[in-house]
This record gives sequence, structure tokens and C-alpha cells, in this order.
Amino acid sequence: MRFVDEYRDAGRARALAADIAARCEPGRRYTFMEVCGGHTHTIYKHGLEDLLPREVVLVHGPGCPVCVIPMGRVDDAIHIASQPDVIMTSFGDMMRVPGGNGSFLDAKAAGADIRMVYSPLDALKIARENPDRRVVFMAIGFETTAPSTAMTVLRAAAEGVRNFSVFCNHVLIIPAIKAILDSPDLRLDGFVGPGHVSAVIGCRPYEFIARDYGKPLVVAGFEPLDILQSVHMLLGQLAAGRSEVANQYARVVPWEGNRTAMAAIGQVMRMRAHFEWRGLGFIPHSAMALSDAYAAFDAERIFELPGLRVADPKACQCGEVLKGVLKPWECKVFGTACTPETPIGTCMVSSEGACAAYYNFGRFSRERVREATLR
Amino acid sequence: MTAETEGSLDGHPPPAGVALDEDTSAAGVALDEDAPPAPGTPLRDREQQVLDRIARARRRRPVVREERITLAHGSGGKATQTLIQAVFLEAFRNPRLAPLEDGATLTLDGARTAFTTDAFVVSPLFFPGGDIGDLAVNGTVNDLAMCGARPAYLSAGFILEEGFPVADLRRIAASMAAAAAAAGVEIVTGDTKVVERGKADGCYVTTAGVGVLERPVELSVARARPGDAVVVSGPIGEHGAAIMLARGDFGIEAPIASDTAPLHGITAALLDALPPGGVRALRDATRGGIATILNEVAVASGVCVVAEEEALPVRSEVTGVCELLGIDPLYVACEGRFVAVVDGECAERAVEVLRGHPLGAGAAVIGTVRDDPPGLVLLRTAFGGTRIVDLLVGDPLPRIC
Repeated sequence: MRFVDEYRDAGRARALAADIAARCEPGRRYTFMEVCGGHTHTIYKHGLEDLLPREVVLVHGPGCPVCVIPMGRVDDAIHIASQPDVIMTSFGDMMRVPGGNGSFLDAKAAGADIRMVYSPLDALKIARENPDRRVVFMAIGFETTAPSTAMTVLRAAAEGVRNFSVFCNHVLIIPAIKAILDSPDLRLDGFVGPGHVSAVIGCRPYEFIARDYGKPLVVAGFEPLDILQSVHMLLGQLAAGRSEVANQYARVVPWEGNRTAMAAIGQVMRMRAHFEWRGLGFIPHSAMALSDAYAAFDAERIFELPGLRVADPKACQCGEVLKGVLKPWECKVFGTACTPETPIGTCMVSSEGACAAYYNFGRFSRERVREATLR
Repeated sequence: MTAETEGSLDGHPPPAGVALDEDTSAAGVALDEDAPPAPGTPLRDREQQVLDRIARARRRRPVVREERITLAHGSGGKATQTLIQAVFLEAFRNPRLAPLEDGATLTLDGARTAFTTDAFVVSPLFFPGGDIGDLAVNGTVNDLAMCGARPAYLSAGFILEEGFPVADLRRIAASMAAAAAAAGVEIVTGDTKVVERGKADGCYVTTAGVGVLERPVELSVARARPGDAVVVSGPIGEHGAAIMLARGDFGIEAPIASDTAPLHGITAALLDALPPGGVRALRDATRGGIATILNEVAVASGVCVVAEEEALPVRSEVTGVCELLGIDPLYVACEGRFVAVVDGECAERAVEVLRGHPLGAGAAVIGTVRDDPPGLVLLRTAFGGTRIVDLLVGDPLPRIC
């Protein structure tokens, strides 16, 4: 398949893997964080760790939209969905995310009208088709998905659709990365930077990471060769004693980002003073709400919400996993009490969550498999 | 009915080395009682200890924790298996049901017979390559074929919604008649119920079937052993991809038709061509796709199945749709393909026989059976890495059949 196969070529992967190994100083350990859950998914799905030398360790970052939603927000969304005249619409990833009292899937089974959509425009379509119902879109995600939410609100306003609103949970990637850089728990040598977010915000916002924290960051695509090449580029910078922002994903990411998309976000949304992130706690200026001009489409103003803060279950160590401090399997409940079928933490829900990726794709001993294969 | 059989059920001793854990208290958030790895243990050993602990947790008796049925219980994946084991097997427990194969093998007055049933709720009712009618006939015919039987007689039950067009029902009946004729079976009994508007979605069909076991075969997913080969009879994922596109939710168009077809002819050819015992297991890869079958083999036989991504036959249109939607073709349903586990010595012959049949032109060896690590399906990715292929959790695509 064109535009896919060339980025999954095993021959090129082997060659690049050899170059990566050659760039590692013997005995030195290189710890890189892939910020984005999409990268985590690619790494596990293609078994990328088999191609990396022992010296290179990838830790998984906070860039999984579903993983960072706090339980209280899920409860609020279920509260909205439980109003008799409401149709709640959501991306499929959200369906299994546990709140304090069950997930969307449970609420749906108990009678709430919750429908999976692939785009906020589908939610708007449902609103047009059901004029006597109030249709709410559960908006989640980083700057990647915020433009489509914003464009949908603009279209709803232009068309005068009155029964459509957005429950806005959009978050920003830079404050999350900064929180990780300021966390004392973790020593990183560099970042595999998010690709889709950067297609919107561009590469400039990362410059402080290289400048102030002295860490290189390479914006990376989502195919396995993209990630290998990004690791190669990071090692190249480290070997030369440089720390810069580089763009491996130039086929998609313009250095300056997408001004139209940023303008749409700027028009429809405003910065929140602070927002709670699952496992990471409150981070100032880290999320968006609808602006006053679009209050008529803001579910937070239309519906009275419980707005209760629900503490994460004690056993859950999602926060440590999101910060890259713990490997998924180092969490106390990983794979026993917390599994994809009965998740306690959000990282076990989304296919982009580090725990789910490890459980579904990486739950085996590479050493043991190598031995078994050699026999 | 299919399910993860752990071997603890009637007449089936647990696989060697498997401690059966009766403790179901892990339901809530209770921590595993195993002590955490001691600090100072090397990282690799600690990871292995965690993996072992997870393996033990997965062998626990399945418990349904939900208070209500969710769509995940119909996915064919993990939730379905848990439901079957914890509710149905618990209630109906008997040695004929316990192996949870595609059908039951019975001896009636000395005659070896296979018996199976299936329900169809596919949406939409009509789709490229078929409709709910031929799907209902072929589905039951194929379950009998996977038992090694020659399908003989079918029943048909209809649950119809008030207001359903009679013309559509005629069309479904005609396609069932055509499918039955093509498969050489007769529909000899049936039932009809009508429910109020809104209490069903147009038309649901159930079929049951009996078949004759003419060969002295013993087929079971529990019979795979190290050295065996895993063969698939043709390109995978076409039925599921056709249904996804037929629903029109994605605005994607591609020339993909359902592969629904009766498989007893091609399975008979395979069973006849290989020496007795050469075929260990046959499974048609419906809900949950190839991945689910491979997991059933790995768990029931206590072996490791190693599949090669590059060897998997997938048509490029199906690959394309799956890439766009972020779905793995390994989990996408087929209705005219099956997986055969065969003696490794017979692998080439098996592929040759399958390819000689019109329904097996794309047959290929996709993997091998090893002893370690038991209960796991590993995939060697085309990229050169290794990963697990687990059972599906949740249901990305309800009502596929």
C-alpha cells in the first residue's frame, strides 16, 4: 500500500537500527520520551523495541487524549448524558474510560443515549436530524482535535443549530511537557515530539525545551521508520553536543504550524486558568473552554454539572506512568486488578495508553521469546 | 459458541503446570496477593515475575463484573468468552458443551453427529456479497464443517419487527433457499415470531443444523502441539470490511464484498487429503477474526502460536480500509475463510489441497506452533519486531453477523 509500506520497510529498518547502535556510546544509557500516545501505539504494534539497542530506552509520555481525562469530568459527562432529552456523542476511545461511577459504556447499557461518532461534524449532523433533542459532543484531545471542534462550533453557529453543544475537555501539550521537565522524578535525554499536534501548532513552541532545558526534541511521524529515524536524529544531536528542535515529519508538519486551525481555536476557545489532568493534578493554563462569544454552545454553561473532583483510585499509578516514571508493568495493579476489560486507570483504556499498549502488544519477555525462537 | 477453554472443565484435565485458581476475589480493586518483586531484583527478572503474575490472573475463573450486558459482550472477544463461561457454561455444564467448539459432537444410536446453532443480527440486512439470509445458512453450515461433518439439515427461526417489508423477507428467504441448495442442505423446520415496532431491528434470523460425521476425525483447538503449522484458507477480513463500508458511516467506497460461502466442501477435501490425525483443528474465522482463533488454539492447547505478518493474506483494499479506520485486519470477521492447524509435516500438502479448491485460492501457511511461552500468540511484524496478538476487548464494530 503506497504511502504506508515505504515507512514500514524491514530492510531500511535493519539498516537504520544498525546506524542507531553505532551512534550509541557503549555503556551510556539514552532515555527518550515519546510524548504522543500515537507513537506509543506504533512502537508496540510493530515491535520496535526489538530493533533498538539496549542503550536506548523509550519511556511513554502524557500525550494520550483519553488517558489524561480526570474521573470527575467523566462523571460530569455521564450526568449530561443521563438527561432524558440528551444525545451524548463521543469518540469510541472514550466509551470505556471509567469515571467514579462507571463508564459511558455502562451508562449506555443503563439507558443513556450515547453514540459513537468519528468526527464532531457527525455530532452536528445528529443534532440537525434530531431537533427535539439536545446533542452534546464530548470534546477531548490536544491541539490535534481542537480545530475540528472549533470548526464544528463555527458551523453550528453559522447554520443556527440551537440544540448542539460541546463539553470541552481540550488540553494543551506544552504545559504537560513542561510539567514533566519540572518533575524531579525523571531524567530524560530528549523527546520524540508529537507529530499531529505539531501539524497544528508547528515546531516553535518547543524551542524552550532545547534552549532552557538543554534537551533535543525531534517532531516525529507515526510510522515505525519515522520513529527509528527520530531516535537516530536525537542520538546525532547528543553525539554532537547539540540540543535543538528538529522536524522529522516535514511531510506533514510545517515549521510554523497551521495558522487557519490556530485561528479557529483562538476564535472559539479561551484558556482556562487551570485544569485537572488525570494523575498529574491541576496544571495552570493547560486546557481550553469555549469563549463567551460561543457560550450558547457550551455544555458547561447549559447544563448544571456536579463538577465534583473524584480522587483517582489509590492503587492506580497512571500519573507515574503518564510522566514516564514507571513502566506500565511496574504499576502495582497492572494486569491483575487493572486490565483492558476492567480498567482502573485510563492508561489501560485507550489503544494509545501506555498500559494498554504494553498489555495488548508487549506482554511477553523478549529475552525468553528470543531463546524460544533460537531453539 | 467459542471460548477460551482453560481445561478445568468436565473430563478435561488442566494443562500441565497450570494451577487452577478458584479465587475470584480479584473482582474489585483488590491487589494481587502475590508479593511484589523484592527491591534489588534485576529489572528483567522483575518484569518476568509481573508477567507470570498476569498469566496466573488470566487463568482465574472468569467473572462477569458488569451489572448489565454491554455491546462488548457480543464482540466475540474477551467479554463474550467471559459471559459464555461464567453464565452459560456454569448453568448448562456438561461434557459435550465443555470443549466449547463450533458445534457439539454427539453419538445418537451409534451414529456420530454434529449439532450447532447460530443467531444473526447483522446490520445492514443486505450488503455487497450477500445478505442476512445466506449468512445464516452458511454460518451454520460452516460450524458443522469445522466439526469435520457433512451438513445435512437446518432449522430457521425468524424474529420480525412489526412493519418489516414482506418484499425484504421474500428476498431473504430466497437467498436462504439458494444458499441451502448450493450447500446441499435442506431447511426442514422453523419458527416465526413478530414483535412490536421498535422492539427489534427489522429481522433477526437463527439457524441450527445437524451434520453427519463420516470420518473418524477428532478435531479440537486443544489438539495443537509444537511443530504444527497454522494455515488460513484465503484472504482475511473481507466480510467485516464489506459490512463497515455498507453502513456508510465513513464515506469510504471500495470494491469489497463479503466472502460468505459454505466451507464443508473445502474442509472435506483437506480432511481426505491429509493422513488421519494430520488435521488437528478447524475454525471458521468469524467475529473476532483470525486473532481470536489463534488465541483459542494457544490457550486450549497450552502452546505458543507464532504468526508471520508478512505471510497473512489480506487484499490491499481491505488493508486500506483497515489503515484508514485504525482497525487491525487480524480482528476483522470472515464468513468464508477458516484456520486449520495441521501437522507441520503436512503443511505444504494442506496448502496445495486448499489452493486446488475454488474457495482456497489464497491459502497460505501463516504461522507455526511452539511450546514457549504457552498460551500466547506472537506476531512477527513485517517491520522486523515481535508483538503479542491478544483477544479483542470491547467491540469496535457491533452486529457484524
